[in-house]
Amino acid sequence: MRRHLAIALEIAVPIALFVIWGVWSASGDTFYFPPLTDILQKFQELWLFDRVGSDVLPSLQRLFLGYLIACAVAVAIGIPLGLNPLLRRATSPIVEFLRAIPPPALLPFAIVVLGVGNAGKVFLIAFVCVWPVLLNTIDGVTGIDPTLRETARSYGVSGRDRLLRIVLPAASPQIFAGMRTSLSLALILMVISEMVASTNGIGFFVLQSQRSFAIPEMWAGILLLGLLGYALNLIFLLVERRVLAWHRGARASALG
Amino acid sequence: MLEVSQLGKTYGEGENATHAIGSISFGIEEKEFVCVVGPSGCGKTTLLKCMSGLLEPSTGSTALKGRTVDGPPPEMALVFQEYSRSLLPWMSVRGNVTLPLRHKKLGKGETARLVEEAVEAVGLAAFIDRYPWELSGGMQQRVAIARALAYQPEILLMDEPFASVDAQTRGDLEDLVLQVREQFGVTVLFVTHDIDESVYLADRIVVLTPSPTEVREVLTVDLPHPRDQVDTKELPEFARLRAHVYRLIKREQSGGEEDATTGGRAGGERADRDRVRG
Repeated sequence: MRRHLAIALEIAVPIALFVIWGVWSASGDTFYFPPLTDILQKFQELWLFDRVGSDVLPSLQRLFLGYLIACAVAVAIGIPLGLNPLLRRATSPIVEFLRAIPPPALLPFAIVVLGVGNAGKVFLIAFVCVWPVLLNTIDGVTGIDPTLRETARSYGVSGRDRLLRIVLPAASPQIFAGMRTSLSLALILMVISEMVASTNGIGFFVLQSQRSFAIPEMWAGILLLGLLGYALNLIFLLVERRVLAWHRGARASALG
Repeated sequence: MLEVSQLGKTYGEGENATHAIGSISFGIEEKEFVCVVGPSGCGKTTLLKCMSGLLEPSTGSTALKGRTVDGPPPEMALVFQEYSRSLLPWMSVRGNVTLPLRHKKLGKGETARLVEEAVEAVGLAAFIDRYPWELSGGMQQRVAIARALAYQPEILLMDEPFASVDAQTRGDLEDLVLQVREQFGVTVLFVTHDIDESVYLADRIVVLTPSPTEVREVLTVDLPHPRDQVDTKELPEFARLRAHVYRLIKREQSGGEEDATTGGRAGGERADRDRVRG
């Protein structure tokens, strides 16, 4: 019963907020807050599905490409760093330095070196998303239970089997935590990169609308970005739930 | 078969050095069941890790069939006390038991046969596709034993394997170990703090002193086989041996520590158990 109530509230509260917004903005006497109905109408005109091919797909392509490159690179580098303390010590100043650079500061660099096309934007997204996954991978690998390491050693499990069947799964809950942080960063960096030196994408569209005083269009773009972030997180959680089913089960049984 | 000679282990250096193990020598014959028993915190686990090649001894050495152990030998399998941390929660029982066999390249059929035989032997055939965390503590330790058996070791090293299961399960697991030892013809070195357990299981008992650990006495157990939780423990010889081992350990404890009855430094809870049982 409590669960049903919780689900009902989860649906009801956003709807209520939407209704309040709609009523409050209906008079339409402020230029910057147009009536919600106008925004929704624009939303339908723009995103269902007129500009999907021209703006949404390029944006998603950059997002996923940058994000997946970041995850792959971070895990590939994080595992050896996690396994080797000496290597970790040697590289930690570099990691900390690169991580400390505010990402938008790299935008001019990316444009100069990689051009105004996709490459620069993908690079920027990947560069930012790499750190949470990398640091979490290192943490996850160094935190592997000593008993597990000794078990692997005493049974002669080494090389590929050790990497793919012991180290990677053992670190995967942590890796997923990092990937979740990076996913929201990827969306932010996608928008930022599209607002500078771009000719398409959702971020480009929002800025362009604002500059041409197409305020309902601007809001429709913002709404889409919000929904996109929400949907991405939801999909991520579903994937995580599947991949880490063992982790949830093991934790539940450990807690009794 | 396994020969421990003047094995010692010191942690740290100079002023801060801790002599965990003074000097230990003993041997294990083929197909023998040897229990190592000693007071809490006497370095039993350190000894076992040195013997299995997981830790490098500071002095002395272990030799398995004449070859010095300098890393985990393939003829040896380990069962740890912390079963829940030594099994992989992301793999089923089958996956866990199969993993160490993969690098032996035995072929699919042979590997599957060994795995099923071992899981069957510990009575978990019906649970082979379950995950370890779906099983009780005693069943998880059975999985760890199955993993060790499927590895086809010549010697099985067990580090206080039943210290964290309840008394009834412990009895069942003790009988299981005796049974699979017959079935698989394996030599067993069994480390425990539990005096009853050591007398019940062993052909020979190695009694250790408190740290820095040395061998206090080695005694032969002449109880008839097969052993039985009720009948064997009723025998006067069982009571005599148990009392003897208990005195050895108790005397060492009161000699080495101010307050022997409150138990050791590392394992207060375990020491309490000993006191209750003794």
